[in-house]
Amino acid sequence: MTQRVLTFTERGIYCPAGDFYIDPWRPVDRALITHGHADHAREGHARYLATEAAAPVMRYRLGEIDLETIRYGETRRIGDATVSFHPAGHIPGSAQVRVEVGGEVWVVSGDYKTEKDGFCEDFEPVTCHSFITECTFGLPVFTWESQATVAEEINTWWAKNAAEGRTSMLGAYSLGKAQRLLALVDPSIGPVLTHGAVEGTNGVLRAQGYNLPDTTQVLPDTDAKSYKGALVLAPPSALGTPWARRFGPVSAAFASGWMRLRGVRRRRAGDRGFVLSDHADWDGLIGAIRETGAENVYCTHGYTDIFARWLKSEGWNAEVVPTEFGGEEDEDRAATEAA
Amino acid sequence: MKDFARLFTAVDQTTRTTAKTKALAEFFREASDDDKLWTIALFSGRRPKRAVTTTQLREWASERAGIPLWLLEESYPIVGDLAETIALVLPPAAQETDRPLSHWIKDLGGLAQVDIDVRRGRILAAWDQLDATERFLFNKLITGGWRIGVSQKLMTRALAQATGQDEAALALKLMGGWTPDDTTYHDLIEAEDAQADLSRPYPFYLAYQLDDPAADLGSPDDWQAEWKWDGIRGQLVVRGGAHHLWSRGEELMTDRFPELARARDFLPDGTVIDGEVMAWDAEARQPLPFNTLQQRIGRKTVPKKLLREAPVSILAYDLLEQDGADLRDVPMQDRRARLDALIAGLPEDAPVLPSPLVAFSDWDDLARQRATARDFRAEGVMLKRKDSPYLSGRKKGDWWKWKLDPLTIDAVMIYAQQGSGRRANLFTDFTFAVWDGDALVPFTKAYSGLTDAEFDKITRWVRRNTVERYGPVRQVTPHHVFEIAFEGIQASPRHKSGVALRFPRMSRWRHDKPKDEANTLADLKDMLAAYG
Repeated sequence: MTQRVLTFTERGIYCPAGDFYIDPWRPVDRALITHGHADHAREGHARYLATEAAAPVMRYRLGEIDLETIRYGETRRIGDATVSFHPAGHIPGSAQVRVEVGGEVWVVSGDYKTEKDGFCEDFEPVTCHSFITECTFGLPVFTWESQATVAEEINTWWAKNAAEGRTSMLGAYSLGKAQRLLALVDPSIGPVLTHGAVEGTNGVLRAQGYNLPDTTQVLPDTDAKSYKGALVLAPPSALGTPWARRFGPVSAAFASGWMRLRGVRRRRAGDRGFVLSDHADWDGLIGAIRETGAENVYCTHGYTDIFARWLKSEGWNAEVVPTEFGGEEDEDRAATEAA
Repeated sequence: MKDFARLFTAVDQTTRTTAKTKALAEFFREASDDDKLWTIALFSGRRPKRAVTTTQLREWASERAGIPLWLLEESYPIVGDLAETIALVLPPAAQETDRPLSHWIKDLGGLAQVDIDVRRGRILAAWDQLDATERFLFNKLITGGWRIGVSQKLMTRALAQATGQDEAALALKLMGGWTPDDTTYHDLIEAEDAQADLSRPYPFYLAYQLDDPAADLGSPDDWQAEWKWDGIRGQLVVRGGAHHLWSRGEELMTDRFPELARARDFLPDGTVIDGEVMAWDAEARQPLPFNTLQQRIGRKTVPKKLLREAPVSILAYDLLEQDGADLRDVPMQDRRARLDALIAGLPEDAPVLPSPLVAFSDWDDLARQRATARDFRAEGVMLKRKDSPYLSGRKKGDWWKWKLDPLTIDAVMIYAQQGSGRRANLFTDFTFAVWDGDALVPFTKAYSGLTDAEFDKITRWVRRNTVERYGPVRQVTPHHVFEIAFEGIQASPRHKSGVALRFPRMSRWRHDKPKDEANTLADLKDMLAAYG
């Protein structure tokens, strides 16, 4: 019997033919990394492989690492496996990893979204036999409005606050979501201030050529109140802290797919919750799975049991695989701790 | 319904009470009388008659959404609200309409007269003309349970702002057994002397929890003490030859406790008593255990056997009306004297008994007596300032509940389950065990007591330490010890451990304690022997 292309181990997803791991959560010799979020790109691996676009942020966050890069679509031979990276549409530089061994193709989705956000590289469906998919939002209650609709909601909220003399404080993960929001908001409404965790990432992405509007980092000596009608972008965990109190009267909001649920919105959002996610919604997940043509689907991270059961009822071979990905809450913590 | 949806959104989008009140007051100034009446009704716990079952709603919604029913059922506990779950899974509406709230409600009322296929058609048609928020609200009209952060108090304040009427007077008008079908906005709110509803109770006065030592309250001579009972707070209203029993949540409980009908034989018309409905052992002259009363809770009709095994009385501690006169401004000690005079002479089998005063010489003396509360099947003492009027709602200063410290036990977490609603993406529901030799025996579940940050932390840990999954339940590595606080313990043959706890919650995460040092089943049995 031939060995499986990818297996699920205590350290993460492993390819025996190429002797490498994908997004492992314990230190390994060789790690292929889908994207720079803290729960996927961890410290302590001997060698890293990631996309060229993801590399600067990874170096910024992980310091001196042995990092080899690869272009989207370029194939590379590792042992008996052929690997290539394809855009996942999650955040700048994010990728799905395609692994082919002896003609059999597996794809690891990493985190992904199918809606084009006009900022990061667009999701690209990759044909495969087996697809390892995230399903953070794998329930039919999670469906997203178009990005344009959400952008209008955010701009309306910001303009109203500015008119009422309140600072708009928007919580967003510092890598990905914050920059996507920057690219969405209307800078004619007022100045945009950033928390250090956000600005650090902005700098890295600007240097790479991603187009972002001007922002001003809030420093210890910044007179925050002099920026009338400002929008402040900060990691969610910075909201409600002494750092956030310097702005005077604020309207606090949070942008995340979780804001779709009224209960979570009321727990997390302060005044407003905007439903904006860098993960695929229910229809996005199903569309992506269909497009891969895969017969076997492995569900990881999210409502895996329910999502796998639905896939099975629709005729796929679906299984739940264990994960230690913590989701963006981990990312949020890592970002503020780093800042 | 668009104006009502705007009101809901405004209220839902803020945590500031003033902003909520302002939005409500604005609505009350602009809306039609029918819409106002229904809004008042909805925010005071009333709802239209249910014309379709939630089972039908689920079925129709899953068909319309093109998903299997089980998938909707699985999504519901995660969202935490059926009305919201349905609103979220339905495809976007094809049309738009702006009919007033009261018209939609009238339509729902009309569904009772038509057959099931027509009902289904009308519900589907409604879903197809309402936007996401309106749909949620429409579904809520059917399913009930308006937890939208508007208390009746807040609503009453907004109404007072909008109408210029006194808030307390309005609160009184809103109490009682009215429904929008049998009154109008004018009769309920505006009419000068609305026909006084004979059943109407007074707004309850609620005590604050006393955490500091009682000595801070000044001279003990200014205070009276009573036992704090673990029963059901109730107001017994005897007027016009009839009696009504109201719960604190303003639910009419008259039919559930038929024993109290005999109060009419003993109490004159125009009497309102505030007290505690208790399962009462007449021979031993003490309360029966709470689980005896529990058998009566939620039962609308009571079989004879249960009436014999779990008889109730009301332990009276206040007199709010006598001979038809409102006594709420009379000082507490005078109300109490009148109460005693009224019921002292009643025969032993009268269903109204005085809740005894606890005499005490100084605060230390009271603290010592409080420590014996469990012997009296009480959960602590109540302190009431002797010269205090009977206020409405929860007000600090004159009434305090000084509860016993809870019982506690250190237990090991063994199962975890995700929460719902506010806590949808967190593990918040846990099962705890104590040691029986080398085995861990589950004995309770607990859901509350941790901070959001602690829930975050334990959620991360659960994800990484799952041993086995049983549907939504995860068995985790026995590792973390939590202090479980609870108010009471009873024998329970239904539970593996043989005990059932009252109000269990996580009082402390014992990071300092290794799992081997958690308590044992023997410890639990000792507590049962001591306090059960």
